[in-house]
Amino acid sequence: MAEALGARAENAVPRAPVLRGHHDFPEISGRISAVVLQGRLPRFFWAAFFVCFVFVLLFLYSITYLISVGVGAYGINIPVAWGTMISSFVWWIGIGHAGTLISAVLLLLRQPWRASINRFAEAMTLFAVAMAGLYPILHLGRPWFFYWLLPLPNTHMHWPQWRSPLVWDFSAIATYATVSLLFWYMGLLPDLGVLRDRAMSRAGQLFYGILALGWRGSAFHWARYRTVYFLMAALATPLVVSVHSIVALDFTFAIAPGYYSTIFPPYFVAGALLSGFAMVLTIAIPLRWAFAVEDLITLRHMENAAKLMIAAGMIVVYGYASEAFFAWYSGQPYERAMMAQRAVGPYAPLFWVMLFCNCIVLQLLWLRRVRLNMPILFSIALIINIGMWLERYVIVVTGPSRGYLPSSWGEQSLTWLDYGILFGSLGTFFALVFLFIRILPAITIFEVEELVEEKGGGA
Amino acid sequence: MSATADRKPVSASDLAALRLAAVGREPWRSLDELADTAGFRRFVEAEFPAIAERLPFSLDRRSLLKLMGASLSLAGLTACSEAERIVPYVHQPENLIPGKPRYYATALSSDGYGIGAVVESHEGRPTKVEGNPDHPASRGATDAIMQAAVLSLFDPERSRTPLRQGEPASYGDFLKDMAELAGGLAASGGQGLALLIEATTSPTTKAQIGSLKQRYPKLRVFKHDPLASSANEQATTRLFGRPLTPVYHFDRADVIVGLDADFLGEGPGRLAYARDFARRRRVRRSADTMSRLYVVESTPTITGAAADHRHAVGPGLVQGVAAAIKAALEGEHDATSLPSLGMEHALVDDLHSAGRNALVVPGAHQTPFVHAVAFAMNARLGAVGNTLDFIEPTDAMPIDGDLPAFCQAITRGSIDSAVVLGCNPLHTAPSDIDVRKAFSMLKLLVHSGLYRDETAFLAQWHVPAAHELESWSDIRAYDGTASIVQPLIQPLFDGKSMHQLLAALGGEFNADMQALVRRTWAAVDEPAWKKALRDGVVPDSATTAVAVSMPPDIGGPTRHAAVADRLELRFVADPWLRDGRHANSSWLQELPRPLSKLIWGNAALISPATAQRLKLENGQVVNLARGGKDLDAPVWIMPGQPEDTVTLSFGFGRKIGSVAALSGGYDAFALRTTDAPWFADGLVLTARDSSARVVTTQHHQAMEGRAIVRHATLDAFRQNPHFVRDGVPPPPTESLYPDWAYDQEAWGMSVDLSACIGCMACVSACQAENNIATVGPDEAALGHEMHWLRIDRYYAGPVDDPDIFFQPVPCMHCEKAPCEVVCPVNATVHTHDGLNAQVYNRCIGTRYCSQNCPYKVRRFNFLEYQEFDKDSAGPQQAAHNPDVTVRSRGVMEKCTYCVQRIAEKRIRAQIENREIGDGEVVTACQQACPTQAITFGDLNRKGSGVAREKAAPHNYALLEELNTRPRTTYLGKITNPNSRIAGKPGTETGGNG
Repeated sequence: MAEALGARAENAVPRAPVLRGHHDFPEISGRISAVVLQGRLPRFFWAAFFVCFVFVLLFLYSITYLISVGVGAYGINIPVAWGTMISSFVWWIGIGHAGTLISAVLLLLRQPWRASINRFAEAMTLFAVAMAGLYPILHLGRPWFFYWLLPLPNTHMHWPQWRSPLVWDFSAIATYATVSLLFWYMGLLPDLGVLRDRAMSRAGQLFYGILALGWRGSAFHWARYRTVYFLMAALATPLVVSVHSIVALDFTFAIAPGYYSTIFPPYFVAGALLSGFAMVLTIAIPLRWAFAVEDLITLRHMENAAKLMIAAGMIVVYGYASEAFFAWYSGQPYERAMMAQRAVGPYAPLFWVMLFCNCIVLQLLWLRRVRLNMPILFSIALIINIGMWLERYVIVVTGPSRGYLPSSWGEQSLTWLDYGILFGSLGTFFALVFLFIRILPAITIFEVEELVEEKGGGA
Repeated sequence: MSATADRKPVSASDLAALRLAAVGREPWRSLDELADTAGFRRFVEAEFPAIAERLPFSLDRRSLLKLMGASLSLAGLTACSEAERIVPYVHQPENLIPGKPRYYATALSSDGYGIGAVVESHEGRPTKVEGNPDHPASRGATDAIMQAAVLSLFDPERSRTPLRQGEPASYGDFLKDMAELAGGLAASGGQGLALLIEATTSPTTKAQIGSLKQRYPKLRVFKHDPLASSANEQATTRLFGRPLTPVYHFDRADVIVGLDADFLGEGPGRLAYARDFARRRRVRRSADTMSRLYVVESTPTITGAAADHRHAVGPGLVQGVAAAIKAALEGEHDATSLPSLGMEHALVDDLHSAGRNALVVPGAHQTPFVHAVAFAMNARLGAVGNTLDFIEPTDAMPIDGDLPAFCQAITRGSIDSAVVLGCNPLHTAPSDIDVRKAFSMLKLLVHSGLYRDETAFLAQWHVPAAHELESWSDIRAYDGTASIVQPLIQPLFDGKSMHQLLAALGGEFNADMQALVRRTWAAVDEPAWKKALRDGVVPDSATTAVAVSMPPDIGGPTRHAAVADRLELRFVADPWLRDGRHANSSWLQELPRPLSKLIWGNAALISPATAQRLKLENGQVVNLARGGKDLDAPVWIMPGQPEDTVTLSFGFGRKIGSVAALSGGYDAFALRTTDAPWFADGLVLTARDSSARVVTTQHHQAMEGRAIVRHATLDAFRQNPHFVRDGVPPPPTESLYPDWAYDQEAWGMSVDLSACIGCMACVSACQAENNIATVGPDEAALGHEMHWLRIDRYYAGPVDDPDIFFQPVPCMHCEKAPCEVVCPVNATVHTHDGLNAQVYNRCIGTRYCSQNCPYKVRRFNFLEYQEFDKDSAGPQQAAHNPDVTVRSRGVMEKCTYCVQRIAEKRIRAQIENREIGDGEVVTACQQACPTQAITFGDLNRKGSGVAREKAAPHNYALLEELNTRPRTTYLGKITNPNSRIAGKPGTETGGNG
């Protein structure tokens, strides 16, 4: 029955193909590697990179200022001792999740549409985790001692306190960063081989040759590559759930109203996927347009990402509802008051904007027309990116600002440094994306070639 | 600004040029103004590039502050001739063991009266002031100002050298000038010479003035005490024919009526009164009784907050209310023209049934009529001689007049040379006296003070005064008990005591400070003198009560015409800065005011109803005008403030000194006139469109229906001693974590909310004991203040007439501490004796512990609030307690239960091979508390004081439903309202659920 309905729907509106037009292998590898090897990138690319670079400088200045003056320079206080460093951290970690989901989970599920977007999605994961990893360190009062969270044998009789979710968090992020990096690099190897072979300059040949680790594309290589790549995908898959669950435990574990909530782990994972796919779209839509690869990254990819967004987004909406319901159902005056204050208190505007972004705007994605309209989809992705950042900020600050003792109620307000670090990290993230596009193939050459092969093209 | 306007442009970019530039005839109004010049910037850029880079940002006023402490202060002081000499002992003094503090008894002055103190000294360096248990005005307690004495002693901005016409000179030069003057005066009999002294009770000063008057018969002595009121003197002179001072015995009083009297927060006997008052209200069992306090007041005070019935009226109405109570007491029912409290009859019946155990207390600043009415009621009830004694005034000095008389005499030309000792009339004079003009007419003005203040800038000679911790002197307490003031340290900046200057005036130029005082007490033999020094009191020096008889006619009220549509004005002294003399103390600037919780500035207090009517909101600037004078002030809406009354406080608006320059607020002396020193009507308020920053440490005032301060009436307590359990779920008993085992002590604290009067002495003591940093107004406004102990103040009931609750909140030292489990680096751990310890060295500043602390008692070093570089830290680092770590930036800190004191006692007990005795460990907050609301001790010891307190039926833990199992617990607040007076809804027992 369901299949029949599905088939009818399929007939009614033909789905966009994963690969559009007629292609062959040399054309694919030539087109993709030309971006990297010939390096004749359009003027706007460098203009945009320059803008991002200015933000990189802002990021460096802000971090230098923060470390030399102290964390009091950004908007934290007592009672709200956590601020944008934590909310941005959670946001960046969430962004990374879509990349892992695309590259690992969809690989295991044999979804062919992941092929042309997995590379930059993985890169996005890596850069997002790099940004995310900086935040907890910048958050520390004494950032130069961050390594005390590691279980290193040392002479100052210091050992992590294993009951603290921050220790779990540290391990989770370290694992995630390591696995993401290896997985991404592993996937790059065949393409690095292509780049080495196609490189015209000696420097390029050396650079890509060293990175390619002797990849020759023999059948043995491919067989081992497949085994390892799938194994690593199997390793990375649980991370999609575990990393953000552990991040959520930072809150769940605490007794502060608004933090103490068992719904957080699943709801954080769903939120991570929502914001992650929003970021995928934020990057992919301009990318496919600017580099004219709309036949490789097709509307099918965009639509599938949008569908995943609404799926994850509805879980997030359910999370909001359940958080509010259980605040009431718990009968706890503290929890109820905090939830009421979230809606009407000093942070209420942020809360309502967040609901608008993540719940109302999200519903537009039910419409196929919206999913296939790239300008609108891009706008929605941006709005959801903002909404998801606000969600994390609202969670981080509203609980402590309306704690158990009304005498200690208070708010924090953001300073230039909060914005400097947030926008600086965004700039750095995009600057890394630009560098990545310049230096490495943003679309997986060999996987698209596989698609071509399956479609019946090829050499 | 004139000080900079007439300055030559700065050309050289070095400090010397800047100093020269700053030497004006007047002080610059703020260091900002001084700092905002090109010369200053060049200097900063050359000397402190790191700070110069940070100057534009607002948060860096702190850095500016540090910089001031280090060097800019010298600009105004022009020279620093005396380097502090710190040399190791060549011969170690007898009985001195390095590392072991010594304690000396002395007395500190509070508005001229002595409060006994025991000062802790580390290797000759005073670090902490404690109360003297043997002193009647202290009884072991201190107030917040006394705690700050060590900080003001080491204030780098104290005057450091004598100044002639603003130029540094030697004390020898000064003495030479004095010798000339004395020579001339001896011939003329002191013609044209006058002394202007501040409030003092020193017998030595009295004797010296006496001998000066003998030497110079025409010498005239004036007194200027901006915080004094002559009402009591006038009333007692009228009633008894001579001035007498009342002394109250609250421990004997069953029913107390305060007529605008803040006896717990103001006055030289406040610590003793608070102790007696709280002792009479100590309830542990159903059989215990307590006194009842009725308060009629014209601005919210901590006494009003402690009252069982509080009634707010405008200051001008207090005499009417007093007359109405008196009429009701005397059975006159025809006094319908008098304002009604709505409770006179119940009140009067209460007074009658208390009889000689009743007590009516008039407010010091109220009219002579209110004093007379109060004394008459006490006399009628038979209370005089029981709850109230009259004594001869302890501050009697051969005085010829006050400041207005002094200025008139100058203007008339009968005075041409004046010596001003201690006081600063240019700042503290009423606005209708032109002191500047009068003082400018003097041929010679000599000023002695701790700071180069406004008066010093006008003086021909300014001589730095010795701090009271540097001086030999003597002083009397509120009941007349004399104490010898002995120095803890050599004068740091070669200051001279008042006695030395008076001696110099009498021709005795090189008098020794100690000898001058010893001479006054010549009748005391050497062993008795030593004993007086050791004990801190001169035995049997208290004034004895005199018998009085009350005349039938007590006179009529002072005329007080209410002007329609105008507001009443009420002045109060800032509880910490007083008349502004402590304005340069960062501890006191940053100590929240008990009720408003304002710091670093004052505001015009108005009632919620008045604010609503005039459409004013917190921080909005208003112009207040009266009698041709006006000032701009931000308003602050104060629950419990009487309607149509604006309260202004003295002490702010002074910009002398870098700390004072950071504070906001207005100078209330600008509106004060001689005819209305404490309250007036006819105030015109005009709202302005601007607003000013008012910094407070508590933003929410209601308990939101949570069982935070649990309270009940005495009757409700007797019916149900376990009222604190009413309506709250029983605390959970299971925990996932195993219980801790305690082989030795298990420390715990109990805080009696019935006894706490919210005076803030504990907070100040905690700051002094534990080296707690001050952060300045900008940081404090962000919520970065550092006090380990805070006093939460809650309002309940109607906003115009609320019940007021205080709750001291130190660390709870939870058994199942939420902070301990979340710290990733083991920086907050449980100790073997139950403390929740913070290991600063381990802390990396995740702040998770604070996020997870339900009590929000943890404080974080958001920036580098302490100076670690010994060269730039300045002398104030000497005030640090060497037993407590100074915390650097990026680490969390919090109350430790004064672990350093526990350790000290444990070491002593182990050396003596015994257990630590009950009551042996006393925390700093506990020691300072005037009402003994805090009990600390070993919970493992059967029958220990703290175990007994915790066994009381109304013992409860804050937020106990969270299963944190705090070691700090509270005794629910018990009030004793009159059941015949309708209470506010929900006041019988409240705060539960």
